[in-house]
Amino acid sequence: MGGETVGTLTKKDFATSNEVRWCPGCGDYAILATVQSFLPELGIPPHRIVFVSGIGCSGRFTYYVDTYGVHGIHGRAPAIATGIATARPDLSVWVVTGDGDALSIGGNHLIHALRRNVNIKILMFNNQIYGLTKGQYSPTSEEGKVTKSTPFGSVDHPFNPIALALGAEATFVARSIDNDRQHLTEVLRRAAAHRGAAFIEIYQNCNVFNDGAFDMLREKEHAVHNQIRLRHGEPIIFDEGRRCVSVGENGRLVITEVANTLRDRIVVHDERGRPSLAFALAHTAGHGPTEPTCIGVFREVQRPVYGEAIAAQIKLATERLGPGDLAKLLRSGDTWSVS
Amino acid sequence: MAKPVVEKDRVVIRFAGDSGDGMQLTGDRFTSATAVLGNDLATLPDFPAEIRAPAGTVHGVSAFQIQFASEDITTPGDHPDVLVAMNPAALRAELKLVRPGATIIVNEDAFTQRNLERAGYTSNPLTDGSLDAYQVYRVPMTSITVRAVEELGLTRKEAERAKNMFALGLVSWMFGRPPEVTLDWLQRKFGDKPQIYDANVAAFRAGYNFGETTELFAQRYEVKPAPAEPGTYRNISGAAALAWGLLAAAERSGLRLFYASYPITPASELLHELSRLKNFGVITLQAEDEIAAAGMALGASFAGDLGVTGTSGPGMDLKAETIGLAVALELPLVVVDVQRAGPSTGMPTKTEQSDLLLALFGRHGESPIPVVAARSPSHCFEAALEAVRIAIEYRTPVILLADTFLANSSEPWRIPEVEDLPRIDPDFATAPNAGREFMPYLRDERLRRPWALPGTPGLRHRIGGLEKDEAGQISYDPENHQRMTELRAAKVARIAEDIPPLEVDDPDGDAEPLARGRGSSHGAIRAAARRVRERGRKVATAHLVHLNPFPRNTGEVVRRYPKVLIPEMNMGQLALLIRARYLVDARTVAKVKGLPFFAEELEDAMMKVMDE
Repeated sequence: MGGETVGTLTKKDFATSNEVRWCPGCGDYAILATVQSFLPELGIPPHRIVFVSGIGCSGRFTYYVDTYGVHGIHGRAPAIATGIATARPDLSVWVVTGDGDALSIGGNHLIHALRRNVNIKILMFNNQIYGLTKGQYSPTSEEGKVTKSTPFGSVDHPFNPIALALGAEATFVARSIDNDRQHLTEVLRRAAAHRGAAFIEIYQNCNVFNDGAFDMLREKEHAVHNQIRLRHGEPIIFDEGRRCVSVGENGRLVITEVANTLRDRIVVHDERGRPSLAFALAHTAGHGPTEPTCIGVFREVQRPVYGEAIAAQIKLATERLGPGDLAKLLRSGDTWSVS
Repeated sequence: MAKPVVEKDRVVIRFAGDSGDGMQLTGDRFTSATAVLGNDLATLPDFPAEIRAPAGTVHGVSAFQIQFASEDITTPGDHPDVLVAMNPAALRAELKLVRPGATIIVNEDAFTQRNLERAGYTSNPLTDGSLDAYQVYRVPMTSITVRAVEELGLTRKEAERAKNMFALGLVSWMFGRPPEVTLDWLQRKFGDKPQIYDANVAAFRAGYNFGETTELFAQRYEVKPAPAEPGTYRNISGAAALAWGLLAAAERSGLRLFYASYPITPASELLHELSRLKNFGVITLQAEDEIAAAGMALGASFAGDLGVTGTSGPGMDLKAETIGLAVALELPLVVVDVQRAGPSTGMPTKTEQSDLLLALFGRHGESPIPVVAARSPSHCFEAALEAVRIAIEYRTPVILLADTFLANSSEPWRIPEVEDLPRIDPDFATAPNAGREFMPYLRDERLRRPWALPGTPGLRHRIGGLEKDEAGQISYDPENHQRMTELRAAKVARIAEDIPPLEVDDPDGDAEPLARGRGSSHGAIRAAARRVRERGRKVATAHLVHLNPFPRNTGEVVRRYPKVLIPEMNMGQLALLIRARYLVDARTVAKVKGLPFFAEELEDAMMKVMDE
């Protein structure tokens, strides 16, 4: 147990004594280090923070962060976290999940936590593979993926997690990359400041079962060409200023050379506008993260926060009906006395 | 001139009609008037799963049965003394329950050629002599109702809809029920809709006056109040008693009630009732599915609320994984199972007690949990308090078993004083328990682990489904898993020290058979035992509320009697447990018809065992 004073918090205060046991070289190490370094910045004492996780490699995250924590069951972390966050608006509640946990077995809980706008921050580590069960294809694996359970290639069409979250009416949707500490920290900061549910997809390299899946975005020499960094209010230009996202025929978003594009055809990012823009941006990479792909905050809008709305309803009912009186309730309606 | 009054000890009335005829409401209102008179009573609503089955068909019949008496009664009665049939389908569906000599009141207007055909009659039973064994009253309820309300300017359809109030008025007159109770209720319900209020009042009065003035009915009946302990009474359904029991438990523990649930028949009533109680601070959450509901309740318990989820059979299957997690987390979680006929979707509106073994064993791994069963509608209140007490005090999931019959039925209840209800101490951890460290699985003398809420400085910890050691570290150590498994089992088994012994009702102490039950079969077992004793024979009864662990003396009780009979609305699940645990030759009386036991069925079973 470290010190509880907020002012002196450091990364160390958020590290447990548990030995971290992911495979050497796993992208999870980088995410853990970034989160532990970021948490002191929140100014929230660690005992007011709760991490909830599901099953899979990401599920172990809970044991490595020295806050309150629940390592739940497969796919159910958003449900458990909904209970915690609704009961206790005073807590900062974080969910750590993976692509299998969140999008396959727990898909239902994820979309409903997002539509309700529960005050939880969901970090979904997407490695496009089942790691803990040793290498089966996941709901984000590309078509044709050859794995132990798909020796002839997967015929499943994958989910686009950002589009899914947008479809579920999430109020905060972002994407980042495990090894980009600065970008991930900035996205975490924005998510923590957001009131309500935040969904962050983090591209995470599984160096054992799906090594290199995100190389076109993670590796420096490719990243400069393929990362489309979204910034609210700014034209979407990438590839060292050479390419941009612009409006093509029929209003379709296309990637074009800046030099060949009229200035007013270049899309200006708007996190708060119509969800259709964010949805279109989620689809710039047609075949997964091997092409130019957007990272950053796709969308952030304000909507009533679930727990707060429930608390407000209780307050209103209490003002209108008076505080509940159990003895009176038991005697409500027709009664009679026997003496 | 007032008609002569015949005194009766007990009466069973069954109201039956189309599911759109308002029979449940009629029964409910008759019940209220009966309760206020101080009769003991028990009710049985019996309705189809379809919201509005095709009108006039047998499978669309909705019925409500009430037994009321001037003495203590425990069941809604086996056979109606009076059947009120609003149409041919109702007569056809319910006649099998009615014995020769009984009274049948029919809405004559509904016996049209079309309705007869819809009900599957080839000739009119009112005229073909097939009802000669009964005392049949043919009352043109629809046409009198329409005439009674004709000045109110209602449409014909609206006017006809009030005919259930006519039936209620007529039967209220027959049995001397005070009209004020119904009229007051109509005022409360429809006071702000004058036209509907006036129509219902007019129809009710027309029915009441019809009994008084026509020569059709020669006499009326009186059932005197039943002797009862002094106190204030109300009528209460099992569903309301469950909801209020949970609320009372929250209040007595100082915790907020957090109820997460997914709509399912018949458990939705609990969600509806608790959702109305917002001003008590209750949080109700309609989850996206059964699994989420359990997870949310468990999360709320982790955060320091009283987490409760409720469901029925199919939902129990889905909650199993979360209940297993709660076993590993060792956090309070109450799971209410309003049992219904299975397997699968089964018969959603019909009762059964067939989830007992599921409650005890329906999880993977060694995962024992306490199980509590309510035995009557009003006992649901007490059983809910007890389930919460065990869950909180022992940091464990608890399954609270009710069933469709219990939830929908009602009976008079002596209202307890809130301050007399047991206090429940959550006993949250506030300080480290191992020097300067906090060990989440370090147990106290009752083998309970500390419950430390997020937000408490110095007690940060991680719990989860993976096996842990005392310090909360993940452990695959063989000795640790053996020890933790034994400790979890011992914690639950130890609760037997903390619950009352099994009480036996054996007036002479030398009865031959023991009939024992659990859940809602309680009433029928008691009624059957009373009949057997009236025949000069001896029988003892006992009733289990705690199904895991069993009360300490259970083995001694079942071994004391040469014959043990266990009536169950399943194929013998409790008998299997009793035989396995205590090596006695317990026998099953099984019934899986979606209906509760009749007293006479158990009377026959008891006599048969004694005479063999």
